[in-house]
Amino acid sequence: MKFAPLVLSNLRRKRLRTALTLLSITVAFILFGYLAAIRVGLGAGVQVAGADRLFVRHRVSIAQPLPISYLDRIKRVPGVRAAIHQSWFGGIYQEAKNFFPQMAVDPEPFLDMYPEFVLPEEQKLAWLRTRNGAIVGRSTATRFGFKVGDHIPLQATIWRREDGGVMWDFEIVGIYDGADRGTDTSQFFFWYDYLEEGRAFGKGLVGWYVVKVDNPDRAAEVAKLIDDEFVNSSDEVKAETERAFISGWVNQIGDIGLIIRAILTAVFFTILLVAGNTIAQSVRERTQELGVLKALGFTNRQVLCLVFAESCMISCLGGFLGLGIALLLISAGDPTGGALPVFYVPVRDVVYGACISVGLGLVTGFFPALRAMRLEIAESLRQA
Amino acid sequence: MSGTDDLLVNIEGVTKYYRRGAELVHVLEDIWFQVRRGEFLALMGPSGSGKSTLLNLIGGLDRPSRGSIMVDGLRIDRLNERELAAWRARHVGFVFQLYNLMPVLTAERNVELPLLLTPLTRAQRKRHVAAALAAVGLLHRKKHFPRQLSGGEQQRVGIARAIVTDPTLLLCDEPTGDLDRRSGDEILDLLQLLNREHGKTIIMVTHDPHASARATRVVYLYKGQIVTEMPK
Repeated sequence: MKFAPLVLSNLRRKRLRTALTLLSITVAFILFGYLAAIRVGLGAGVQVAGADRLFVRHRVSIAQPLPISYLDRIKRVPGVRAAIHQSWFGGIYQEAKNFFPQMAVDPEPFLDMYPEFVLPEEQKLAWLRTRNGAIVGRSTATRFGFKVGDHIPLQATIWRREDGGVMWDFEIVGIYDGADRGTDTSQFFFWYDYLEEGRAFGKGLVGWYVVKVDNPDRAAEVAKLIDDEFVNSSDEVKAETERAFISGWVNQIGDIGLIIRAILTAVFFTILLVAGNTIAQSVRERTQELGVLKALGFTNRQVLCLVFAESCMISCLGGFLGLGIALLLISAGDPTGGALPVFYVPVRDVVYGACISVGLGLVTGFFPALRAMRLEIAESLRQA
Repeated sequence: MSGTDDLLVNIEGVTKYYRRGAELVHVLEDIWFQVRRGEFLALMGPSGSGKSTLLNLIGGLDRPSRGSIMVDGLRIDRLNERELAAWRARHVGFVFQLYNLMPVLTAERNVELPLLLTPLTRAQRKRHVAAALAAVGLLHRKKHFPRQLSGGEQQRVGIARAIVTDPTLLLCDEPTGDLDRRSGDEILDLLQLLNREHGKTIIMVTHDPHASARATRVVYLYKGQIVTEMPK
């Protein structure tokens, strides 16, 4: 600690240079924070996807519906504990840009299947007795100001009504929360029976099935049995774990993790050069002063540590500042207005960020510190 | 016996050369001389005669190619880097021609630098710094940065930094070389005071006969060898 004033005073030596270096590191870490949140947002569901849940869809495409009659057959497959169906509604609330996912389900088995959706008991009971009742996740309710008791009109883009109309009326009977931070609370669920009774076509069809298995270790085996159950039928299915399905869905726009890693590698490599050059230049300018410190009795190792302390202080200041700003900005919520239903920086990524900032300091300070350590006193004093 | 006790620096057969490519450049050749405790010795000679190199060797800033250097009974040419650094911190105070103060530190922070290597507490360091600055008459300017001080004042801060650890030996490399006559005289007065009143042993490299006149003994170097020794 007693060397801190010495380290800090060296950072104040060229204030503009230090400020610009700090700024570049700060911006890099804001980007790091944002990309971490985007990765979480795009992969929403992957982390929380149940290991004991299978996703069963039409073999051709998820857009192809499946007969509701499959439900009982799936339930009879050995190793299956429970099964539910879901159907995509795809309605528009006021304007097309107000997107949030809407799904028709059977309420009771659905809530049993997804314990991560936390709904107060009285709201659950209200949903079970309200035919056009719907529950909505906290983030969407907050986004649009939905309250229990509100009537929400949705304009169908797929399911025209029997009377030829496209407007569907739903009553919000519950607002659910996520059991943890990674749970997607942007979705809207309503009675499948309400859809089935009112739609003009597609009766007896569902979008996909979600299956809970007895033993997660046998999930692949059960998936194979389900596939085999419907082989050579008119609607063959593809069963896979929920996590595999969501990962595949996200990766349709590319390997998100790889893209983000590539961007961050480029950013941090650039920062490495910028900060490294700043520290190297600062040490070169102080060759004589470092020689004086050694003449006064500072050891090579102490001089090495002083330079490392400087480089680490710059990178940690910039890194922590950047992470702090990123966390502050990200806490304001999804900047896309709905495309990233889960948007936060996991603690693990904050820890990674902190480690990277320390690592950046050590790497950028390495060669200048080595040079400072190896300085010959007499030689450096001659540079006066 | 008392003669041996008085001996502070004993240099025997010291040679120093540098390798420049395949060529050996001899800077000092077979130097033998001694400095007694309490002496104020001036090292004189033309540029390139090896004065500063000899001073660096005595201060443990460089190592001899051959020969031995004993200071206060310790063979410093045999110490490793860490031991030598610790020895310098404890026993040697350096005064440089260009003051070599840290421009980003105030006068008191500059003087405090050698004390950072000691186990002293912050309060103790503060007391030592105040005493050293008072000894050079600059306590009132302790909060000033080097750029806010005149050349003479900067050199006095340099001297305060050199004496703050109460070293055995004060090594001055052209301490008045960058100062006008009046400021130079003030610095020489101060060195003389430290020598006479506080018993500090001083070795001073200088070109200036006016400065060497203040010393108790002058040693002349010419082409890396001691050519004359003139006790004053």
